[in-house]
Amino acid sequence: MTIVSTAPETTPGHRSGAPQPSLARLTVVELRKLVDTRAGRWLLIIIGLLSAAVVALLLVYAEAPEQTFTTFYVTALLPVGVLLPVLGILSITSEWSQRTALTTFALVPRRERVIAAKLVAVVLAAFGAVLASLAFAAAGTAIAGATGGAGTWQVEGALVAHSVVFQVASVLMGAAFGLLLLNTPLAIVAYLVLPIVWSIVGELVRPLHRAAEWLDTGRTMEPLFTAEVTAGQWQRLAVSLLLWMVVPLVAGMIRTMRREVA
Amino acid sequence: MIAVQQLTKRYGRHTAVEDVSFHCEPGTVTGFLGPNGAGKSTTMRMICGLTPPTSGAATVDGRPYRQLPNPGRTVGVLLDASAQHAGRTGRETLTVAAATMGVNRRRVDEVLDLVGLGPAAARRRVRAYSLGMRQRLGLAHALLGDPRVLVLDEPANGLDPEGIFWMRGLLRDFADRGGTVLLSSHLLREVEAVADRLVVIGGGRIVAQGDKDDLLAGAGTVVRARDGAALRAALHRAGLTVSDNSEGLLVSADTDAVGEVALAAGVALTELRPAGGGGLEQLFLALTAAAPATAIAEPAGEVVR
Repeated sequence: MTIVSTAPETTPGHRSGAPQPSLARLTVVELRKLVDTRAGRWLLIIIGLLSAAVVALLLVYAEAPEQTFTTFYVTALLPVGVLLPVLGILSITSEWSQRTALTTFALVPRRERVIAAKLVAVVLAAFGAVLASLAFAAAGTAIAGATGGAGTWQVEGALVAHSVVFQVASVLMGAAFGLLLLNTPLAIVAYLVLPIVWSIVGELVRPLHRAAEWLDTGRTMEPLFTAEVTAGQWQRLAVSLLLWMVVPLVAGMIRTMRREVA
Repeated sequence: MIAVQQLTKRYGRHTAVEDVSFHCEPGTVTGFLGPNGAGKSTTMRMICGLTPPTSGAATVDGRPYRQLPNPGRTVGVLLDASAQHAGRTGRETLTVAAATMGVNRRRVDEVLDLVGLGPAAARRRVRAYSLGMRQRLGLAHALLGDPRVLVLDEPANGLDPEGIFWMRGLLRDFADRGGTVLLSSHLLREVEAVADRLVVIGGGRIVAQGDKDDLLAGAGTVVRARDGAALRAALHRAGLTVSDNSEGLLVSADTDAVGEVALAAGVALTELRPAGGGGLEQLFLALTAAAPATAIAEPAGEVVR
């Protein structure tokens, strides 16, 4: 390879003193990083395909009166709720597993800004997922209407609002696990398995019954799939999210800030 | 431009870097030399705010690295060419960095061109890159923000001889236009050809630093005679330190003194010259061999992953 230097005859760095990158710019960068690798892109494609698949299954197997917009929508949310947090985990842990943290934090040494941008990016992804679920549900409803299903378009605004809370909380929980563990397989397994283990233990161990009602996110998030959430249910949700989202988020933030990048 | 003051890094009881101080001035290339595990990478990571020092401080352009508002526009950093996402293309890697720094997208094409990564190579994923290509991508990444300072850890690693020659020209040109370069290597020849100043580190401590020419001048004389034993005896009698060198005898004195001794002893010389590059190698080996225990204690830091 022969290379002719094309560098201009100027003093290097005449454009320095540039301002700090804004949080908005960093968020755009993080959104781009969610989709510019095969892993991220395929994860999004698979989430979309699964949502389409559950709508298709409902169209084939659900009773005609059940083929309503609400049913399609609530069902389409499920695969997103399971897999989108994995995207949140990957967004954080891939920096360490792929060792890009070395360049990321060399370009933005104030690490808390990178983390904030990543959290905003995955929350925006959750909003996007809700919109996609609405679109799949709409498509399902239209087809159901044309093929003899109920095809009812009615949906309660509160249900959509609750589902947004569900998706945002799920993806932030994933990101929090990633931030705390900084290791892709460990974070994914912990995120998926710990709540299940907790559910089983909470079920089996009698003295834990009451604690599980407050701490098992599998249970506390369930009301979010309906249009009615009572004040008591909101409280339980808040307590469970404090344990599974806020605590790992804060601990993970501290760990990431202090960690040596090599 | 780069000021390192008494940097020390300890990991438990192991001291990776101890009391390291040096300066890099605009318009110069500083070679940061040392065997694997000597503490070069740790020092460079501390300069770039990626490793918190146990004590001491470093500034770039008068500020601690972490306080630079947009560091990529001031310092180009290449610490490990393999630390790039394997699933991104070369161009995407640079595009992400350009977006972070707020650099025009056209600059991505400019630096790709500059480091000799063609359009086909830029479209490939980093996974498929050879180490040499990753180094070129890493250099492109470092140059992207049009910085005044470059901090490069073993950038010649994996480059073919032509690539090494090209990189020397690039760095020389960068410094000649007023830039500051700090470049590490465990291979003397690489650095010798391009550096103005040398900082030699062994076992975490600086063992020598100064202008390359001064360090070379102190490196002694290579001398050869058909009657090697007589020459050696004469030099010993004159009180000069003599050691064996692959090219003859290495004497810690200038050529004048060695010539006088040989004449006085009536020994016919077949070769008499300043030790030059070979001498620097001797210097390097001698200096770093002084602390062998620590030199091998932390080999992982330099291994290419």
